[in-house]
Amino acid sequence: MTANEPKVAVRRRGDVAVLDIVGDIDRDADAALQEAYDQAVAEGGSGMLLNFREVGYINSTGIAVIVSLLARARKERRAISAYGLTEHYRHIFNITRLSDFIGIYADEDSAIGSAGANGAQAHAG
Amino acid sequence: MWRRTKSNRWWRATQPEAARQDAGGALEEARAGRAELDIAPNDPLLAYFAGAHATVDLDTLELDSPALDALRAEGTRLVVPLVSQGELIGLLRLGPRRSEQEYSHDDRKLLDDLAAHAAPAVRVAQLVRQQQAEIRDRERIEQELKVAQLIQQQFLPRELPDLPGWHVAAYYRPARAVGGDFYDFIELPGGQVAIVVGDVTDKGVPAALVMATTHSVLRGEAVRLVAPGEVLKRANELLINEMPPNMFVTCLYAVLDPAAGRLRFANAGHNLPNLRTQDGVTELRAAGMPLGLLPDMEYEEHEAVLGPGDSLLLHSDGLAEAHSPDGEMFGFPRLAKLCGERDGGEALIDLLLEELASFTGQGWEQEDDITLVTLQRRAGAGDPPEIRVLDEFEVPSEIGSERVPVERVVRAVAPLGISAPRMERLKTAVAETVMNAVEHGNKGRPEVPVGIRVTASASELEVAITDHGGGQPIPESVHPDLDAKLAGEQGPRGWGLFLIRNMVDDLRISTDAQHHTVHLIMHLHDDNAGREVADDRQ
Repeated sequence: MTANEPKVAVRRRGDVAVLDIVGDIDRDADAALQEAYDQAVAEGGSGMLLNFREVGYINSTGIAVIVSLLARARKERRAISAYGLTEHYRHIFNITRLSDFIGIYADEDSAIGSAGANGAQAHAG
Repeated sequence: MWRRTKSNRWWRATQPEAARQDAGGALEEARAGRAELDIAPNDPLLAYFAGAHATVDLDTLELDSPALDALRAEGTRLVVPLVSQGELIGLLRLGPRRSEQEYSHDDRKLLDDLAAHAAPAVRVAQLVRQQQAEIRDRERIEQELKVAQLIQQQFLPRELPDLPGWHVAAYYRPARAVGGDFYDFIELPGGQVAIVVGDVTDKGVPAALVMATTHSVLRGEAVRLVAPGEVLKRANELLINEMPPNMFVTCLYAVLDPAAGRLRFANAGHNLPNLRTQDGVTELRAAGMPLGLLPDMEYEEHEAVLGPGDSLLLHSDGLAEAHSPDGEMFGFPRLAKLCGERDGGEALIDLLLEELASFTGQGWEQEDDITLVTLQRRAGAGDPPEIRVLDEFEVPSEIGSERVPVERVVRAVAPLGISAPRMERLKTAVAETVMNAVEHGNKGRPEVPVGIRVTASASELEVAITDHGGGQPIPESVHPDLDAKLAGEQGPRGWGLFLIRNMVDDLRISTDAQHHTVHLIMHLHDDNAGREVADDRQ
């Protein structure tokens, strides 16, 4: 674990595992996110919700980390959604087309409320 | 022992070390005289030995052979041919027995057996030695290439001139064998600047040394003489005594008065520059012989005026004389036509390189150095924009440290009142560009700094980020495709340049021998929401 590695806590809301990320997402975030993903899978449930509210910085290597996580989730047919992204990073999720595969929501409640529908959409995509 | 000389033409015999040490007194003196002996390739003795299959008693031979005479004269009695796979690869020669008795049948049998065993071993040794010599030759050639590159890069300009109202761009790509191209910008009195593009005939270290000499001669005379024709005339006089045989230097020498747009030029046999104006593309002609060929040469001096929006391309042979796989030459007409398709600057250089790449096809080995220099007078350049330097600093190349310069750029541009969303984009663009400079340009060597210069005019902000990865083209990045990445057909990384391009209003890359500089441009007073919505729909 490096000094820059974000902390990721996993909690459950119904059928969805919420990953609360605190810190920067760059190349050093890979292990923490993959571990949190493992934990979420171990605890069961259908979908995963990434909470970006406490993320201040994402760079291109962080985008690559998210792409890896998404690739794994799609292989395992798990839906991923996200909330708490700033306008700037929503823009980056749009231009990289991550938002075609990750449902982006304004807050946690609307994300949880749409989890089922989003899962179907993500699998179809 | 005898061996074939490298040229495969003459045979040379050398005395084995042991025999020399064993031999005593008069015998040693006699043998010392036959330590080496060359045999002509057409001497019939060679053919005889090759077909002998056994030890040969020289007394029994009747051949018209100078080598046989020489061998007898030095006292050789027996010769044991060493033959491997039908090829004569060496000879053992024996003088009289030390007991002074004749060689017996058993002696000769022993020698024949020895030859049968020794020949393949000697052949292997010869092959190993030959291979080692080839490796040494290759290493020497590689080393020479490195030296030539070092010399050449030492003399290429480290930075481009900053001329108000003008945009100058330069590109240089050495051929593998290093062709001796050079270019230079020399500051002259009264705000004028000399622009030089040249090409030394020949390649490698000799060309690089002549290039260095020419560079120094021109620098030495430029300020004193100023007039292009005079500078070339004087350079020719100085170089003619220094020039190795069969070498000369072509050189286009121009002096620009940036304020008036006036360009005076003279040409020592170099490719003609292309001038692009509203009326089309023309070549700037001036007669003159290459430097270092003939004494007492005169060089015509001509003048052209570049108006706002006009541009000039100076170039070397590497581009125009490149060949396609079926032998067609890229050619000057094609080059002139392409000059008409871009305003100048990096856009023109990029176009020329793209066209060259598609013309030559994949797997092309660059035939000669490529040098391209463009001068572009900005449209509306009569009133040059005032450019303020907001900050200029360096950071060490430490991976993961890109946020420090980002914060400093944010502080530097704070007075410009950039909107929050556009500031975020600038931050991402600066972070990604610094990351690329650290990782790719400077290869993560902390002691090699990344330079950052923040400037602003009334209409735009520029953050220029410079690394030390120059002298080679920036590798083309694969366009990141999320579908391909998710399918595992592309790696998950490779978003850097994509992000940068999408964050800023304009992106320019300039390269010189030592550096790459990425110029991130943000238009000021351009904070309309429509653009951001449009971006989101891409």
